[in-house]
Amino acid sequence: MEVLNTFFVAPFLDMADSPIFLLEVVIGGLMAGVMYSLVALGFVLIYKASGVFNYAQGAMVLFAALTLVGLMEHHVPLFLAIILTMMVMVGVAFLIERYMLRKLVNQAQIILFMACIGLNFVFEGAGQIAWGSNVKKLDVGIPENAFEVGGVLLDTFDLWAAVIAATMVAVLAVFFQKTSIGRALRAVADDHQAALSVGIPLRTIWVIVWSVSGFVALVAGIMWGGKAGVQFSLVLIALKALPVLILGGFESVPGAIIGGLLIGVFEKVSEVYWGPAFGGAIEGWFGYMAALVFLMFRPQGLFGEKIIERV
Amino acid sequence: MSQERRIGDVILNVENVSLSFGGVKALTNISFDVREGEVRAIIGPNGAGKSSMLNCINGFYKPTEGKITFKGESHAQMETHQAASQGIARTFQNIALFRGMTTLDNVMTGRNLKMKKNFLWQALYYGPAIKEELEHREAAERVIDFLEIESIRKTVVGRLPYGLQKRVELARALAAEPEILLLDEPMAGMNHEEKEDMCRYILDVNEEFGTTIVLIEHDMSVVMDISDRVVVLDYGEKIADGEPDDVRANQRVIDAYLGVQHD
Amino acid sequence: MFYREAGQFKSTYQSDQAIFPIAQDRWFMALVLVVAYVAIPMAADEYWFQAVLIPFYVLALAAIGLNILTGYAGQVSLGTGAFMAVGAYATYKLSTAFPELNIVIVFLMSGMIAAAVGMIFGLPSLRIKGFYLAVATLAAQFFILWVFNKVEWFFNYSPSGTITAPPRELFGYLVTGPRAEPIARYYVVLTFLVVFALAAKNMARGHIGRAWMAIRDMDIAAEIIGIRPLHTKLLAFGVSSFYCGVAGALYIFCWLGSAETEAFDILNISFPVLFMIIIGGLGSVLGSILGAAFITLLPIFLTNAPPAIGIHLGTELQKNIEEIIFGVMIIFFLIVEPAGFNRLWQITKEKMRMWPFPY
Repeated sequence: MEVLNTFFVAPFLDMADSPIFLLEVVIGGLMAGVMYSLVALGFVLIYKASGVFNYAQGAMVLFAALTLVGLMEHHVPLFLAIILTMMVMVGVAFLIERYMLRKLVNQAQIILFMACIGLNFVFEGAGQIAWGSNVKKLDVGIPENAFEVGGVLLDTFDLWAAVIAATMVAVLAVFFQKTSIGRALRAVADDHQAALSVGIPLRTIWVIVWSVSGFVALVAGIMWGGKAGVQFSLVLIALKALPVLILGGFESVPGAIIGGLLIGVFEKVSEVYWGPAFGGAIEGWFGYMAALVFLMFRPQGLFGEKIIERV
Repeated sequence: MSQERRIGDVILNVENVSLSFGGVKALTNISFDVREGEVRAIIGPNGAGKSSMLNCINGFYKPTEGKITFKGESHAQMETHQAASQGIARTFQNIALFRGMTTLDNVMTGRNLKMKKNFLWQALYYGPAIKEELEHREAAERVIDFLEIESIRKTVVGRLPYGLQKRVELARALAAEPEILLLDEPMAGMNHEEKEDMCRYILDVNEEFGTTIVLIEHDMSVVMDISDRVVVLDYGEKIADGEPDDVRANQRVIDAYLGVQHD
Repeated sequence: MFYREAGQFKSTYQSDQAIFPIAQDRWFMALVLVVAYVAIPMAADEYWFQAVLIPFYVLALAAIGLNILTGYAGQVSLGTGAFMAVGAYATYKLSTAFPELNIVIVFLMSGMIAAAVGMIFGLPSLRIKGFYLAVATLAAQFFILWVFNKVEWFFNYSPSGTITAPPRELFGYLVTGPRAEPIARYYVVLTFLVVFALAAKNMARGHIGRAWMAIRDMDIAAEIIGIRPLHTKLLAFGVSSFYCGVAGALYIFCWLGSAETEAFDILNISFPVLFMIIIGGLGSVLGSILGAAFITLLPIFLTNAPPAIGIHLGTELQKNIEEIIFGVMIIFFLIVEPAGFNRLWQITKEKMRMWPFPY
């Protein structure tokens, strides 16, 4: 009886009790969700264009952020630092394409995934050797004060993050749908060898895609790093993005956004209202469980395409 | 070529079967029967629904209407492993072999349904488990012998040339000792000698083991040569059904193929 | 010329199916067992037991378990740590609740509990495939560890939240607990590894192994020829988790002595064990062992080799270099030899058969 109460009754009573607080929690969840979406976006881009699930995206975020901070610590002005970091990420994209992707054309997805795990280790190790592993503060000049709107507490920084994310998404959406490069990217995602055989310059495409993804990683890194400081745990973001991708489907930009927001909200709400009953830290697994349950009903995710198996 | 074959009663009866995928009608109201011991060909232009028909028979697709009666039992819908355990085996248009395994292992998987000792016995690999494994190994080797693929039995199947892969697939299907063998374009992509060999094997199977054969094939000369009766499909509908010579002369059939005769 | 099969004819199917059909292989295996059981214990010191051999054997066992699930049956799993944890915590609870129970029995029972948990988390594998399944196993990983962290009953309400292996004896020798001799623990772990490896090899060459591989290679075709996917996959999850559970129990009881859930988290167990089987060879018992050897030995090598040639790396730097090497090796193997060390070993044997002829 007690258990039933804790699960099914008390949390909702709490919510009804103070709707303003609920709103704050939801908004907090949305803001966290925006961050997830940013990272998921990087995944989706690469997946859409090369069929590779880039597990190393989290590490790329960290690497980008570390490079940026490292440069700024050497008194490089912000604007220049961003450009330099971007160049580094493009250079990295080249290297990845040349030494890894090229050799794994048309391998099974899981092989590519595991190669990206390997990449993840390389980024982590290299990043830490190059720039050290202390937590670093990242200040990109975005204001960080809280303010109130209609009784709800909001954070300027989070709002900026949301705006920036939205802009990026709009730009990317146009890029994919309206340009011929976008079309080429989608062809590549479908079948590497077929794309090669119609003359699509696979390598160039891959460099482009990984560079764009690197750019997204940089932005995500700035946002996360600005909020929480640049530190090792950023790598675990990659894992966080997985439930988002499951919900949203791996190939859908709107899916990544909506999935991110949903997971953000679910996590926050469950942590605040159900968490205390369980001793807290539900956030660690709740997203995954939600994704798992969801997958049982819709194995292709919210926006993914249904696969018809043919024999 | 005419053979003396003991053709028995109806063993498989397809009644008013229709199959749709979303808005697409793959099969419309198909009815025909197959007699025990005969070689029944299903022919028709590309996209006529032949593979879909086979898929319905062994339970991979579930018909939206109609029923299929096998050995006296009717099913509106059958599960694939039910079909397999009742004695239906098949080969596939695009070769569905287990690429990472050797020929021998692939053929042995065909015997899987008959192997009963559970995994604990196997972990011990002692006494009864060994006995069972060896029994089935013998049966598999008989099939391998029959199809003359002994020399490649330890080769990983992914490395074999196309023609041999098709033969291994046939071996796997035969290893199950089926009552009905569904063959989906078993000679596609083969040269003349390979086709002759495959024909010989199919006929041998039919004659020696009395296995009923349902065969999808494009090569008209093969169809004329080895089948007892033919069903013709076009756009998911049955347009002819009878002995090969009758079907060949049928105007509707000729039109369906746009007047192109295969030699 | 030494490694030839000439003159070794197999006249029965049984001898053809043997694990080591070539006589030289049988001798080699016997030699390995002698070295493991006799030579090493005579030569090794405590450091080697504790830092190298025991963890190597335990992780090799876990690697075999994961290989059964991922290498043979094709179900990718990132939850190895969680299943090992189930084995460890189950052993802890059973052993503290029933101290008179023989510790080997306790290990096996915990393995079965881990198997049951594994099968529950394996249920989604019917609907969810490939890579999405990997993510589902992550749910298991995080959730199970959270449960062991939060529900105090599991660590007997100890304030530190750790579980500690109580001392237990086998044949009169202490094999767990702080006063157990390394050599005793060594023999326990070695024996488990040998027995379980043999069992795995037997299963792999039987019809269940073929069913697993069929599901891995083309599950639709497998289903059509009558292999039942749910049964086969659940069995894979069950057997695999059994192995991982026993490995987890040994991990705590015969090696670490005590631990928190962190010892089983994704970075400490799940990923490393996955790498072991990738580098060692998917779908191969020998590969699992080789991969485990590599990953356990690399840090030791990196700790000891550079000082030997005069370079001193700080621990931080060493750890990062290790990471980079791991990453590069994984990518390297996936590109060059996806079948891992095992395949390299097979190729070497092939060459040896020809030696001294080039082909």
